[in-house]
Amino acid sequence: MAASDEARHLASPSHCSSYGGTGLGDPRPSCSHGTPLKSPHSFHIMPKTACISPQLSDCDTQSKKENIRSLTICGHVGFESLPDQLVDRSIQQGFCFNILCVGETGIGKSTLINTLFNTCFEEHESSHFCPNVRLKAQTYELRESNVRLKLTVVNTVGFGDQINKEESYQPIIDYIDAQFEAYLQEELKIKRSLFSYHDSRIHVCLYFIAPTGHSLRTLDLLTMKSLDSKVNIIPLIAKADTISKTELQKFKVKLMSELVCNGVQIYQFPTDDETTAKINASMNGHMPFAVVGSMDEVKVGNKMVRARQYPWGIVQVENENHCDFVKLREMLICTNMEDLREQTHARHYELYRRCKLEEMGFNDMGPENRPLSLQETYEAKRHEFYGERQRKEEEMKQTFVQRVKEKEAILKEAERELQAKFEHLKRTHQEERMKLEEKRRLLEEEAIAFSKKKATSEMFQSQSFMTSSTTMRKEKDRKKDPGYRLELLCFDVRACETNDGRYDADESREGFSTRGQHE
Amino acid sequence: MSPLRRSPSPCSSRPSSPRTPPLERFGPVGIEAVLDQLKIKAMKTGFEFNIMVVGQSGLGKSTMVNTLFKSKVWKSAVPSLEVPTPQTLELHSVSHVIEEKGLKLKLTVTDTPGFGDQINNDKCWDPVLGYINQQYERYLQEELLITRQRHIPDTRVHCCVYFVPPTGHCLRPLDIEFLQRLCRTVNVVPVIARADSLTIEEREAFRSRIQQNLKAHCIDVYPQKCFDEDINDSILNGKIREQIPFAVVGADQEHLVNGRCILGRKTKWGIIEVENIAHCEFLLLRDLLIRSHLQDLKDITHNVHYENYRVIRLNESHQLPRGPGWVNLAPPGQLTSPGCLKVRRQAQKDSKDDER
Repeated sequence: MAASDEARHLASPSHCSSYGGTGLGDPRPSCSHGTPLKSPHSFHIMPKTACISPQLSDCDTQSKKENIRSLTICGHVGFESLPDQLVDRSIQQGFCFNILCVGETGIGKSTLINTLFNTCFEEHESSHFCPNVRLKAQTYELRESNVRLKLTVVNTVGFGDQINKEESYQPIIDYIDAQFEAYLQEELKIKRSLFSYHDSRIHVCLYFIAPTGHSLRTLDLLTMKSLDSKVNIIPLIAKADTISKTELQKFKVKLMSELVCNGVQIYQFPTDDETTAKINASMNGHMPFAVVGSMDEVKVGNKMVRARQYPWGIVQVENENHCDFVKLREMLICTNMEDLREQTHARHYELYRRCKLEEMGFNDMGPENRPLSLQETYEAKRHEFYGERQRKEEEMKQTFVQRVKEKEAILKEAERELQAKFEHLKRTHQEERMKLEEKRRLLEEEAIAFSKKKATSEMFQSQSFMTSSTTMRKEKDRKKDPGYRLELLCFDVRACETNDGRYDADESREGFSTRGQHE
Repeated sequence: MSPLRRSPSPCSSRPSSPRTPPLERFGPVGIEAVLDQLKIKAMKTGFEFNIMVVGQSGLGKSTMVNTLFKSKVWKSAVPSLEVPTPQTLELHSVSHVIEEKGLKLKLTVTDTPGFGDQINNDKCWDPVLGYINQQYERYLQEELLITRQRHIPDTRVHCCVYFVPPTGHCLRPLDIEFLQRLCRTVNVVPVIARADSLTIEEREAFRSRIQQNLKAHCIDVYPQKCFDEDINDSILNGKIREQIPFAVVGADQEHLVNGRCILGRKTKWGIIEVENIAHCEFLLLRDLLIRSHLQDLKDITHNVHYENYRVIRLNESHQLPRGPGWVNLAPPGQLTSPGCLKVRRQAQKDSKDDER
């Protein structure tokens, strides 16, 4: 991935194209790999800070283009105070610097920061039992004579503590990207206030390597590899007082070669400016710095110095023979702070911005290679988006109407069914009623008939008594008299008396309908 | 992020809290060195300054520029009778790189020959405004690119010096119209040209009348009052504001006065020394433009005028729904009132409100 980044840098013409430049201050824009490189280590690594005085080279090329001539002034104009004006304004605005410390818990990150800035930032020890890696950021305001520095220290809490370390470095990448994103959002706003924006982008990442003496661990390698295109990495060997001098030298060489082999681009101190070129070049050879941090004071000789006291001796933090702390402080703060910030803005942030915008679909070159402006693309996208939204709204409306219709149909259906049932029931009810009416009528008729019969039979009886011929038979007959029988019959439809033959044997149960014959 | 903590930095002269041991003896951390780093970077990258001079022909604009930068930026041309005066206003830009004590300054001077020379000078400010907006547009396009350059070439006009003819009365309608329109887009520094035709008393009277005119028409010239950051600035700028417009004389010929070789204009009644504060206020102008306020001019151009332009541009091109960035603007042609210049202050206040 690093290689393709470089290729991209080389290919894009609008970047100051002298990527392979040595940074030795050569103003020719087309300077390439021909000039010899000084630092033995940077022979293998492509120097990162290779954009050499682009403004001067731009100036020169422009002057060739526009025939800008250099004027000789015959007198004192007085603009050499310009840098002072610039500095005054910066003092007024204040500086800001953001450091990210990556390293496992207990490796000495907080102590080192305290020692670097000579201040006890309030920190308590973090626990080893975090379920995942979190980043904790704290901002402090430091002041030295008239310079105000807003320092933000971001610590990785729980790095390397988990049993499964696969997700260890993702939170770090997410955090760095989030800061870039915030800046990008601010920059793309219409009404923006960039000069009063608190810049939270990480300017430098101090990577703490455990002093095993062997080689880089896999986790370290992976993390550094994924961070090297997003932030300036300065690897440090932490707790350097646990390694002896010879071991340290071997360890350093091993580390650097491993980094080079794997294509990890660490931050190279810039060697393009004469005032700092020499010292930066020599410092590049001492990377990674072996540091010891301590806030305790120990009396050595007749001074109090910062040191760590052991039964076998005292490790002095600011002693160059003991550790590289002084080198780190000088490089990080005194010499290259501004360059770190510039690299973050000009290289890492621009890369992020370009990737992000290209991802969103913006392009500098439209079809047919006409340069497209961001605005046109944006407008086109807006139209597209609105069109899309309209379409979706229509779709949703349609679906909604459809659903409503369906529901309506179902409901109507149900209503109809219910209606039909109701009708049916009503009809059945009606029929039943009519049947019952019919039965009642028949029953009434029978009752009338019976009473008539009763009357006639009584008349018969009285007549037969008067004749007095047959007593026994009449009694028997009386018993079988249909008149009496009729009484019983009236209340029992099922009876099938065939005595007088007038009532059919097969009177049905619904039976009143088949009757009908009286005498 | 957790709120700011004021840490008791040992490097300051403030008394440290009892928790931290007094640490002065360990020496400063070295944060101060960042100032040197800045200076080195500035020296390396060089500076750019774009200045525009506006005024009628014959007021001494080219000579003034030559005097300011002590070099032959323009060949001061005497308009010959064969060359007709241009019918329309054409802008003329020339760029130079001047170096002083190792510091490179890329100077671009834009001249406006033909300004106010026609009979009907209606809308003669349009080409000027167009040019200024064109530079803003160029910068905006560069800024909006996907792959942009590390250092966007800055051609925006940082300062416009307006030459008021020394009538001695008050500002003319042309001046007022022009200044009203221009002061919203660019930093304007009015000067009284050819001040050697006015006596000292006349100058003072003219100056006070001009100041009244400016106030009456709400023309906010540089240094604008609304951008004074703190009390020191207010005092300093207040002094400058009392003396705007400067009465200047330009000269690019040297004469011998009292054994010294100085720039001046030689007349039959004496030599007017350009750099003599008793004779004219050229030194004040030079100090304002170059020695003390150059960076400020550039800052205001970048943070205020350019941002205003950007807002207008980004708002008008899409029919954006009124989001948080919407600025209620009058249609183009009527530029916004000086209230718009307070965008910087307002933006700061807004961001503070948002943070709360």
